[in-house]
Amino acid sequence: MGAMMDGLHLAGGFADPATDAATAFRAVLQAMARPGQIESVRGAAPPAPCSHAAGAALLTLVDSTTPLYLAGAHDCDTLRDWVRFHTGAPLVGRSEAAFALGTWDALVPLTGYPVGTPEYPDRSATLIVDLPALSGTGARLTGPGIRDAAALSLPDPAAFAANAARFPLGLDFILCAGDRLAALPRTIRVEVA
Amino acid sequence: MYVATKGGETAIANAHAWLAEERRGDPGVPDLTVAQIRDQMGVAVARVMAEGALYDPDLAALALKQARGDMVEAVFLIRAFRTTLPRLGSSLPVDTGAMACDRRISAVFKDLPGGQMLGPTFDYTHRLIDFALAAGEPPPPAPETPAAPGPVPHVTTFLKREGVLQDEPGGAPLPPDLTREPLELPADRPLRLQALARGDEGFLLGLAYSTQRGYGRNHAFVGELRIGAVAVEVDIPELGFAVDIGEVTLTECETVNQFQGSATQPAQFTRGYGLVFGQSERKAISMALVDRALRARELGEVDATAPAQDEEFVLSHCDNVQASGFLEHIKLPHYVDFQAELELVRKLRAEASGVALQEAAE
Amino acid sequence: MSDGYNFAYLDEATKRMIRRALLKAVAIPGYQVPFSSREMPMPYGWGTGGVQVTAACLTPSDVLKVIDQGADDTTNAVSIRSFFARVAGVATTERTADATIIQTRHRIPEQPLTEDQILVYQVPIPEPLRFLEPRETETRRMHALSDYGLMHVRLYEDIARHGAITKAYAYPVMVAGRYVMDPSPIPRFDNPKLDRSPALQLFGAGRESRIYAVPPWTEVRSLDFDDYPFEATKADAPCALCGATDSYLDEVIVDDAGGRMFVCSDTDYCAGRRAAGHRGIAAPPELVDMGEAP
Repeated sequence: MGAMMDGLHLAGGFADPATDAATAFRAVLQAMARPGQIESVRGAAPPAPCSHAAGAALLTLVDSTTPLYLAGAHDCDTLRDWVRFHTGAPLVGRSEAAFALGTWDALVPLTGYPVGTPEYPDRSATLIVDLPALSGTGARLTGPGIRDAAALSLPDPAAFAANAARFPLGLDFILCAGDRLAALPRTIRVEVA
Repeated sequence: MYVATKGGETAIANAHAWLAEERRGDPGVPDLTVAQIRDQMGVAVARVMAEGALYDPDLAALALKQARGDMVEAVFLIRAFRTTLPRLGSSLPVDTGAMACDRRISAVFKDLPGGQMLGPTFDYTHRLIDFALAAGEPPPPAPETPAAPGPVPHVTTFLKREGVLQDEPGGAPLPPDLTREPLELPADRPLRLQALARGDEGFLLGLAYSTQRGYGRNHAFVGELRIGAVAVEVDIPELGFAVDIGEVTLTECETVNQFQGSATQPAQFTRGYGLVFGQSERKAISMALVDRALRARELGEVDATAPAQDEEFVLSHCDNVQASGFLEHIKLPHYVDFQAELELVRKLRAEASGVALQEAAE
Repeated sequence: MSDGYNFAYLDEATKRMIRRALLKAVAIPGYQVPFSSREMPMPYGWGTGGVQVTAACLTPSDVLKVIDQGADDTTNAVSIRSFFARVAGVATTERTADATIIQTRHRIPEQPLTEDQILVYQVPIPEPLRFLEPRETETRRMHALSDYGLMHVRLYEDIARHGAITKAYAYPVMVAGRYVMDPSPIPRFDNPKLDRSPALQLFGAGRESRIYAVPPWTEVRSLDFDDYPFEATKADAPCALCGATDSYLDEVIVDDAGGRMFVCSDTDYCAGRRAAGHRGIAAPPELVDMGEAP
């Protein structure tokens, strides 16, 4: 409970929750609707190792009704306390998660997360991936939201391609680095460029 | 020359102003106070609270005043206000066994512990217009007797003790919440009961009546009907115990219905349940009958095809805020769609007459 | 902004719930995501789904346009626009080109939308299969299995009986090759605008508690048959005010003898054309400035 004692968990939330969350949501919505497009988000300052972009996504989407899985190094006291204080999200294992947060290495393999059911494909987890960097180069993306083709630096294109093959079931991703984020819904065909 | 009609904003403002005047009525007649409505139109207030799903007699009375006595409009006002209220916590389940009963009757036993208590009921009044009321005469004082000590036991406890009444399995500790999650079908009983508790009294009355007339017949006895105040308690984790935050008046009805039994179960009575805010006994009894009808499949009743036994039909149509909104939306302009239909009908008619002409020529 | 209410009316927990549903809707194009619709201060059936979606998407810097039947000045459009001006303090416009979010009932604007715009549809009955099968449990199974045979049978019966598909509005579409979707009661004239639109299209059905979406550039195909291809139709006339021949027209009865004329349903489009000097046969002699009293 070190963080609780020193009050670190109290800081780093949205200064104006209604408008900060609205602005951050629009960035996430744009990113999800236009895979490959990179958006900037501001307003959240979560403790390490969580990026500011991932922190903003958490504050915007996660609350006491959405179980959250913290993977690997993200499952630390300071971040747990911050998440509990600012969102109230119950912390769970990956099989119950509505959202998951971690580095790519900590989140893989992409098995064991809820992928939805044929009747309710929306009941699937959204993975918030903290990456060292994000750029519009690399894997070739095609599908809904993309005019012709887009490119995005994905950690493991084959894993995303396997996820897309399960459509309409599958996972959706918010990819974060610093204060920037992109998204990759399950619809997108991913090919190694 | 043609200039399209404009000025929606002015028209709306003018309509609102006129509505406000009509609501007030003749300024020579004293304005109704919220307290008058709350105290003298108590049954109307109860219905607004029940179907508005918010227990606040003053607010419900104000909604009735604002809605000019239109119940469904008042319910809608309460529901829209309810949307803006943050949820601070959940109360513990209320204990209706500990109710301070104003009224408590059973139709299945002539006498029983706790007694039959008519309370303030219309039941045996002769429905004669009381002209003395128009003159504003105060009622004669009602005789008083000291309240019976202690809680009044539920009638069903006696039947359960004998084993002739089916046991109801306890629900999940945290039931689903219709106001926080979309209705999902098939719905379990806690979810159905929530929907029925908020459901339109008239709709449920009609459905319940249909079961009595043979559309899903399942003869119901009113095992017990009770009306009174119960305490509302909230667990305060910081304190480690529950705190009484007030009381609400409820109407509870449990019906006792026959069940034929099956190869594995001897014959037993089953139950329907109704629980409603305020003094709303027609609603509570209707709710109990419809609840029981909706259990048809669960209880293995074959050929459960009556409207009141159809969960999707009942739950999708019992909410009067949804129903009246959608019904009345057909007042909104639809001229784009109508135009599309008009073009299509003209085209089909032209083609048909073209064919007829051609056939006549041949 | 109105005191006492949160930005854009809804509390933050409700907005988060809607936002999560919106992201899943975008991720599964054409699939109807259940969401916990709230009672709004306008009735169900009057745009509560669209209002909730708009409330969840609005930011303080947005410029909002609201249309009903294509027009900015219809009473319900006026009412919804003033609601958001009051509870979110956002700028509003009647110009399609200036809007960042457009909430609509029954039309898609004539002016092509851009990548910087979101179109929010008010939806009365989101389930395209509802009139063939009233049960939600059944239609949900049909979507899960891509079992759309019943829909094709219904459309083909139309052809057998009438020689044409008789859906004049709310004409069903196939989104990204997977889900059959109700495009809301837009006239089928508007259906081609759904296909590969640069704008993000969001659909909200409040009473039915469903949200769905068509991401930008997504293929949206109106259901048809090889021998009876889909046809976008409209009245065969130019607009009497601006002379446009490419816009959807309302028919107006102008005298007791039943005389009629046709005018653009999209009021902004029509005003823009008249401002640019286009004239129809019944146009006023001098240009009426829409913003000022004559």
